[in-house]
Amino acid sequence: MTLLQERKTTIPVRPGARHRPSWLGTAILLVGAIYCLLPIAWVVAAATKNGSDLFTTFTFAPGTGFAENLGDLSANGGGIYWQWLANTAIYAGVGGALSALVSGISGYTLAKYRFAGRSAIFNVLLAGVLVPGITLAVPQYLLLAKVGLTDTYWSVLLPQIISPYGIYLARIYAAAAVPDTVVEAARTDGAGEFRIFARVALPMMVPGLVTVFLFQFVAIWNNFLLPFIMLSSDDKFPVTVGLFTLLNQGSTVPALYSLVIIGSLLSIIPLIVLFLTLQRHWRTDLISGAVKG
Amino acid sequence: MNAPATTGRTRKGTAPRGVPYVFLAPAIILFTLFLLLPIGYAIYLSFRRVKVSGLGLGKGARTEIWAGLDNYATALGDPELLGSALRVLLYGLVLIPLMLGLALLFALLLDAPRVRFGRFAKLAIFLPYAVPGVIASMLWGFLYLPAVSPFNYVLDAAGLPEPNMLSGGSVFLAIVNIAVWGGVGFNMIVLFTSLRAVPGEIYESAQLDGASDLQIALRIKIPLLMPSLIMTTVFSLIATLQVFTEPLTIRSLTNSISSTWTPLMKVYRDAFSQNDIYSAAASSVVIALVTLVLSFGFLRLVSRQAFGGENR
Repeated sequence: MTLLQERKTTIPVRPGARHRPSWLGTAILLVGAIYCLLPIAWVVAAATKNGSDLFTTFTFAPGTGFAENLGDLSANGGGIYWQWLANTAIYAGVGGALSALVSGISGYTLAKYRFAGRSAIFNVLLAGVLVPGITLAVPQYLLLAKVGLTDTYWSVLLPQIISPYGIYLARIYAAAAVPDTVVEAARTDGAGEFRIFARVALPMMVPGLVTVFLFQFVAIWNNFLLPFIMLSSDDKFPVTVGLFTLLNQGSTVPALYSLVIIGSLLSIIPLIVLFLTLQRHWRTDLISGAVKG
Repeated sequence: MNAPATTGRTRKGTAPRGVPYVFLAPAIILFTLFLLLPIGYAIYLSFRRVKVSGLGLGKGARTEIWAGLDNYATALGDPELLGSALRVLLYGLVLIPLMLGLALLFALLLDAPRVRFGRFAKLAIFLPYAVPGVIASMLWGFLYLPAVSPFNYVLDAAGLPEPNMLSGGSVFLAIVNIAVWGGVGFNMIVLFTSLRAVPGEIYESAQLDGASDLQIALRIKIPLLMPSLIMTTVFSLIATLQVFTEPLTIRSLTNSISSTWTPLMKVYRDAFSQNDIYSAAASSVVIALVTLVLSFGFLRLVSRQAFGGENR
């Protein structure tokens, strides 16, 4: 970095050179954007078609069957689709929040206390990042089966609270955002250690913990194998496992394809809305390692 | 940061002794229960097998006994596991350079001063990250289905032959495409954010020296991005070796994907369809070891080249 700082001379660049648009670059980005939006545009169009239109009309042409599809989806299995959405919200919401909390207090402790075994504990936790999480799902299932916890909400919720990556991020963030002097001052004022964490450090760590929450929220929402293995009764399924079972039945009952399509659309809308509203709170500099600790 | 002016006494770590351990207890307990214990249990199971006595009926007819390395010998000699491993290796060799190459291209373009519609493109390309793998595979699966696909519709209208993306060899590319679609935006954002952390003066002085945008990208920006590129590569590597959801979902739309198409699919089939948790455990341990060796190996390899002088 020293080399870079030496050249810190700000001389204005020729104004014309900066503002002439680069059409090639713009075109490449727009092609990328279209590629990424294409399946989403398709599902919006397809959700409006009834079963026969789906296979006969041009795929991006809208149909008139949206209300009909919605009704069919709600009627399917006594409205179980809505149960699946609620389950997903519980798994991802509660799991993400608990994960952010556990990561927060662990990251804070690892950043702000000096104690025996500190680096050993951190290194073991950190190694957990490299352990292929999904290969754990089978032994996790076998262990939870032994204590009779499979096919419960707990079997999906509990394994996903611990996030080595979340602890790592929280530690980086605590080191940067919570000054030692503030902790010392609170201690001098006679505040208890937990009180210092909850009242002083935690509020300072909120932006970083929002990022940890969002990561874990998306990770749980995306994790298919764990609920797929753990759960057998369909009223506990998250929406991904539920739609997957519908799709599988669809190979014999093609009418179910319309339900899968509108179900997919409805399931991604909340997440897209969450993304667009919360995107400014993503501290992506944390993951790219640009935070100076 | 803005520290209040209460300096003068630095009694670092004068908290009561047990406090850090109490604070870390939830993490340590959960880590032990849901990471260490399952790992240990998988290793234990991988050395066991069932011994069936008599007809295998009744209580006590099936007993678990020590199997030594039998399960490992079976797993390593299993043509199905080897085949799926080679398939996933090839999949990673196509996917990772393609996905990270596109992510890098998009990140550099977003950071380029003369590109328009950057904000829109950034959001649009990031959006697939919000779509779970199962849903993404369903959407693409329908787009691949010849009866529904807009591509086939257009080709048909033009009188051209229609490819079937879900047949034989194409299904491999079909799954690579789903993974690229889902992963490019996230990696782009990570790379873009690290580009933004670089002070702009560097580029200005390079411009004064007569460097073009392309030269700046190649000579300055990409070298500065090396740490982020290494990290995104490691995470992509770990995710690649565990590919499961996408092929499993596409499998319901075609019969060109076997039930052991990827190593994890084989583990799943062994454990749950064939009730052979012992060889499933051995295969899991092998997959975990290969993942660790590859990611550590990659980190060591590049850290020697990329961070020569820095101590990391």
